[in-house]
Amino acid sequence: MVSAIPRPLLAVLVAAATLAAACGGGDKPQQQEAPKVVSNPVDPATAGSVMGHVTLLGKPPANDPIKTKSDPNCKVAISTQSYMVGTDGSLANVFVYVKDGLGNRVFPVPAETVVLGQKNCQYEPHVLGIQVGQTLDIISSDPTLHNVHGGTRDTSNQEFNYGQPTPGVKNQHTFSTKEVLYPFSCDVHKWMGAFIGIVDHPFFAVTGADGAFSLKGLPPGTYTVEAVHEKLGRQTQTVTIGEKETKDVAFTFKI
Amino acid sequence: MLPLFAALVAVSTAILIFAGGMVTSTGSGLSVPDWPNTYGWFMFSFPVDKWVGGIFYEHSHRLIASTVGFLILTLAFWLWRAEPRAWVRRLGFLALGAVILQGVLGGITVLWYLPDPISIAHASLAEIVFCLTVTIALVTSSGWRQGYAAGLPDDRVLQKIAVATTATIYVQILLGATMRHTGAGLAIPDFPLAFGHVIPPHWDEKIAIHFAHRVGALCVSAMVLATAGHALYHHFGRIELRRPAILLLALVSLQITLGALTVLSGRQAIINSCHVVTGASVLVTSLVLTLRAYRARFDEGALGVRAPRIPRGPRRLSAHAGAGARA
Repeated sequence: MVSAIPRPLLAVLVAAATLAAACGGGDKPQQQEAPKVVSNPVDPATAGSVMGHVTLLGKPPANDPIKTKSDPNCKVAISTQSYMVGTDGSLANVFVYVKDGLGNRVFPVPAETVVLGQKNCQYEPHVLGIQVGQTLDIISSDPTLHNVHGGTRDTSNQEFNYGQPTPGVKNQHTFSTKEVLYPFSCDVHKWMGAFIGIVDHPFFAVTGADGAFSLKGLPPGTYTVEAVHEKLGRQTQTVTIGEKETKDVAFTFKI
Repeated sequence: MLPLFAALVAVSTAILIFAGGMVTSTGSGLSVPDWPNTYGWFMFSFPVDKWVGGIFYEHSHRLIASTVGFLILTLAFWLWRAEPRAWVRRLGFLALGAVILQGVLGGITVLWYLPDPISIAHASLAEIVFCLTVTIALVTSSGWRQGYAAGLPDDRVLQKIAVATTATIYVQILLGATMRHTGAGLAIPDFPLAFGHVIPPHWDEKIAIHFAHRVGALCVSAMVLATAGHALYHHFGRIELRRPAILLLALVSLQITLGALTVLSGRQAIINSCHVVTGASVLVTSLVLTLRAYRARFDEGALGVRAPRIPRGPRRLSAHAGAGARA
């Protein structure tokens, strides 16, 4: 059988096999002590919470109307969503999460999916959160074509690009590592953008129109809580909560 | 008919480069995520009413590219059937291979989310394809075949500076492509100064690329002035040299203006794309001047027409041997 294979081909195969074997040696896992993990880590009887509010000081840029004439199917008047600020300065669309303090706890991945929609040629919601490994459903309701362009060449999670040519099309995606914030764009409609906070635990929230957030079910401990806004950047605070305790944290961004 | 068709192919290549420039300038490179299909449709049956937003630029670029590919295929076939000079026939096949590779690079860069090296290679190969189609149009033209000012001696100085100028322009275009695809087009936001200084007061990778492109523009301008000036001063009576020399000066002036406007307008898409296609035009005009400067050499039968073997001997004798065969 072997004699039927031309010698040059045989040589190439042998060389390839040798190379593969040689390269394979480099992939052996290093002998490192695995971190001690604790599953099912939260005791509801002792869990506490962090409640808070995010405010913007100063006059934000106006959310300008978007010119959508490049696509006649985008008929509804829309505006940019970067600065959603209430009359009292409450700042919406801020991703707040526990950045540090959970130790080696490992949290189960929720079975329910998170939905990122596209409606009236805008992503909806504009900011959302998800856990690593949790499924993101990306759905278009628009009577036009969208491409869902996730990430950039600089993001930790892989860049992707799904075409959604008709209403009702759904793509599912999961993220492999934590990253705050991971951007979405649409190259058909350059104005479209959204951000997702990807973390490896369930302690995250996105502020609503009232600027409020809550991180519930936290085990007693000291945590670094971070608030991230797409334009205004990041702020962190340290908070310690005891058993069944609720602490208030306020973030104030300035412009 | 063949020279006319070759000229049509060259013009269509310029249009394709403009369309490609519009894709990059409008940030539409990923608006059609699949390739070679378009949102699952066969490319040529994609409904016109779905050419919206960035899709319009990307999809029309693909259609124009397909058309140009077909035209180059036809040109290569035509040359193969009708062209007596082997080296010209080979040029046709080279252009065909280049445009096929160009299409594959275009597809790969979409499927791999526009990696800089592939996108820059795509932009750079586009210039090569343009040079090839222009060269074919030139060497199949009646003027070239009649030998222009036959009998005039080579101007070695013109030949050397023309080659150097063409090479410098190509390097400058590579720098420009790198600047575009690395997002460095507005890394220096003012013009003609850089952050209010002659030399940028602070540096990063993008500023360095952008500034290199500006320095490259100065080098190209100097080289073009030297080449065109030499051609006009020494060969004003030779229309085949005078015309490209004057055109080269005009195009470089226009190109610098467009470059400034690109920065000052915040990379307005049409201005930016005009800058791209004018850059390509500068390159091929310089190439035409160079080839015409070398026209007499093509009579020596070095490229595909078998010339009598020159017996070994003193170099100065062999330099004059072989003249007479018409290319």
